[in-house]
Amino acid sequence: MNYKMIGKFIGRIMLIEAAFLLPACGISIFQGEKEAVQAFAITIFVSAAVGGLLTKRNRGTKKGFHAREGLVCVGISWIVLGLTGALPFFLSGAIPNYVDALFETVSGFTTTGASILPEVEPLPMGMLYWRSFSHWLGGMGVLVFLLAVSSGDERSKGFTMHILRAESPGPKVGKLVPRMKQTAEILYLLYIMLTVLNIVFLLIGKMPLFDAVCTAFGTAGTGGFGIKNDSIAGYSPYLQNVCTVFMLLFGVNFSCYYMLMLRQVKSVFKDEELRLYIGAVVGSTALIALNLRGMYDTVGETIRHAAFQVASIVTTTGFATTDFDLWPTFSKTILVCLMMLGACAGSTGGGFKCGRALLVFKGLRRSVREIVHPGRVEVVRVNGRPMEEKVLANTNAYLAAYALIIVFSFFAISVDGFSVTTNLTAVLSCFNNIGPGLEAVGPTCNFGDFSIFSKLVLILDMLAGRLEIFPILILFSRTTWGRR
Amino acid sequence: MKIIIAGDGKVGAILTRQLSLEDYDLTLIDENPRVLESTEEMYDIMAVQGNCATMEVLERAGVHEAQLLIAATSADEINLLCCLTAHGMNKNLHTIARIRNPEYTDQIIKMREIFPLSLVVNPEKQAAAEIERLLKYPGFLKRDTFAKGRVEIVELRVDEGSPLRRRSLADMDSIVGCKVLVCAVLRDGAAVAPDGNYTLLEGDRIFVTASTDTLETLLKNLHIITHKVKRVLICGGGRLSYYLSKRLEKSGIKVLLIEKEYERCVHLSNILPGVTVIHGDASDERLLEGEGLENCDALVALTGLDELNMVISLHGTISKVPQVITKLGRMDNTSLLDRLPIGSTISPKHLCSNSIVRYVRALRNQTGAALTVHTIADGYAEALEFRVNEDTKHVGEPLKNINLKKNVLVVGITHRGEHEIPAGDSYFEKGDTVIIVSSGVVVYQLNDIFEA
Repeated sequence: MNYKMIGKFIGRIMLIEAAFLLPACGISIFQGEKEAVQAFAITIFVSAAVGGLLTKRNRGTKKGFHAREGLVCVGISWIVLGLTGALPFFLSGAIPNYVDALFETVSGFTTTGASILPEVEPLPMGMLYWRSFSHWLGGMGVLVFLLAVSSGDERSKGFTMHILRAESPGPKVGKLVPRMKQTAEILYLLYIMLTVLNIVFLLIGKMPLFDAVCTAFGTAGTGGFGIKNDSIAGYSPYLQNVCTVFMLLFGVNFSCYYMLMLRQVKSVFKDEELRLYIGAVVGSTALIALNLRGMYDTVGETIRHAAFQVASIVTTTGFATTDFDLWPTFSKTILVCLMMLGACAGSTGGGFKCGRALLVFKGLRRSVREIVHPGRVEVVRVNGRPMEEKVLANTNAYLAAYALIIVFSFFAISVDGFSVTTNLTAVLSCFNNIGPGLEAVGPTCNFGDFSIFSKLVLILDMLAGRLEIFPILILFSRTTWGRR
Repeated sequence: MKIIIAGDGKVGAILTRQLSLEDYDLTLIDENPRVLESTEEMYDIMAVQGNCATMEVLERAGVHEAQLLIAATSADEINLLCCLTAHGMNKNLHTIARIRNPEYTDQIIKMREIFPLSLVVNPEKQAAAEIERLLKYPGFLKRDTFAKGRVEIVELRVDEGSPLRRRSLADMDSIVGCKVLVCAVLRDGAAVAPDGNYTLLEGDRIFVTASTDTLETLLKNLHIITHKVKRVLICGGGRLSYYLSKRLEKSGIKVLLIEKEYERCVHLSNILPGVTVIHGDASDERLLEGEGLENCDALVALTGLDELNMVISLHGTISKVPQVITKLGRMDNTSLLDRLPIGSTISPKHLCSNSIVRYVRALRNQTGAALTVHTIADGYAEALEFRVNEDTKHVGEPLKNINLKKNVLVVGITHRGEHEIPAGDSYFEKGDTVIIVSSGVVVYQLNDIFEA
């Protein structure tokens, strides 16, 4: 294990976090929130000092950096990110319990948006900003950001591939251009452009600047922390529709946008994953709207609420314009299914990912055909290109790990005594990085009542969900830490 | 600059390593996804899986933005088709193809006239030329020429009986009796840029610059006896053996060639009428002795297996064959090879990739590019030759006053045809050529060697 290299990366991550805490601190200074300023200042100092020390101590290391190091590095970085990011909430007294603060922060970075706070409006503005900003940073990935800004001093930088693979979601992660730094830059450039566009559209709808920025951060990262107690419900229908559209946009694979930039429009619209994604959204919206007939005043309002909730759940954002816990069972079931489907691979969204679902389905179809013709040899194709058997096997392994983690977590938190629906949707919602579930963790409620143990389980679920299981799982494997 | 490499084989892998260190944007095409994955994990490149001669795959690899395509798959025909197709899609594309079949090689000049090929490389043919040079100038491990053959960088090994053993470099000139400069020392698999106090040890491989005229003095004083090669035993009857036999035959050297496969023997004796072709197993000690290994002036092991070549060469060294040359296909474990008495080693893929890298550099920097580039010390250092032009800084200043970058050494200055091994008072003028050795620093232009 190349501890030095990992130390260096983690040091840099802490430096970046310190830098990103500065604007939040600035807002608190501007608003005169004394305790918040103090908490931010201490966190920035500690994070910068530890980060600087780690970077300096581990300078000039050349030893090997393999898949194992890449995964461990990403796993630890995210845990460190959460532990440090929780300090402001804890130190300022905004969230007196550290585990609660950790839950809130990890929920932020993993773009879950599940909260333990019954009321968010009393929070200092700096804290609200930090909560929403953690969504934005966690959405595209902190280490990808590091790859975009880091100078090319390492001689052979192929190992960065391990980091991109570990942090970017999807069954098959590839670069957009030959250089990793450029790939990371393009990703963040697209991300920033879309976010700015989102802010502009929100401002046109007369949303205050601070609200617009925070809401856009929550949308871009497909996070879901609102800065109002009733999430997005209090805003005008126009603003809600803007959110619906942008949530869906951020759930699309970012390489599609890059293709659009290269004017390869045809190949984008022929993308099977994108088609599945759009199909799922349109189909679910239609079914739910039919099911909700008469619940709202007009047809337009029904469709608006249905579309918003579908977009919010399928992209794993977790905003809400209405309490969907009150919807009929059929609609709720569709939402739970969408929770597991998730957004596209290579987007900021979470969940199982449409691309994987497609692969699993195609693999299953092949198995069925092989039963009919035992000697049949068939290659699974996606977008007309043959898929390697290894990717298929990995996807099936991922499905197994995915199911196992849900089962284990479901068991673990059941001791708290909530209803089965509550527990199941709490696990699904945290593991798929959505935010709200049903019943006691529904859109109007929060996770505050769970025991500390359950919260820790859910924190790990969120991390495992965001990092696609293996970077977290590998931290618990004994062979990881042993000699090679 | 965007470069597409088709074929992730041995040459493709070395090129990837070399070029990705030099800030080119590389895209690699291969049919085997597994090879691609491991290369992608090692270097910062993009991988595209598929047949490199199809338009769809070339499109995906970004042929329209690329400036250079290097086709180095195992099949000549695919390489050619790949270059033709790619050039058809992008008229400004430079193309390099690896062509190895002797039947094509004979018509290469005509092919370059009618096909859009910028450069054709043939690893075996290059290696044959290199081996021939080694046979004619024995005693070196490796030899590179600069300044139209007036300056050499030779690789020597400090052996047990060498007069250089345990002597510092400051004494070098007095031992060898002429003016030379040690530009790099390879010890335990790492290259060092030595100063005057550096003491040489047994097993060190040293890289010495000398003018061609003084070469004989150098060899004589180091007790490396020059003898004329008259009889050469070649083991293995591949393409490289064919090219080499043909060359040696031309210069009147008697060649014995041992090949395992009968059919191939018949074919070889058909195309090489002057060569004694022997059907047999080269690893068989009795066969080698029966064919008069002791009376040979040189043994060249050119079979397809590195391990077999090494064993054959060991056998040759033990039988006291004056010169032994070993071909190696995978040169990665060279720190081990230093300890083995297997004579000079030669790696066709390295020779081939060096010539491609040279072309790429020239393409990148049409003006002020290096005249010659040689990789020395197993790729840890590079020797480059530049011409001093009006843009060059520090013209006319004595070298001791110039602040050079670390790990860069000026090892030769040619002034109006006169070569000089530089000392502190030496200087260069416009029109001179300068040879530098750099390890680690990438030098594109002469001005790159000066500290800013």
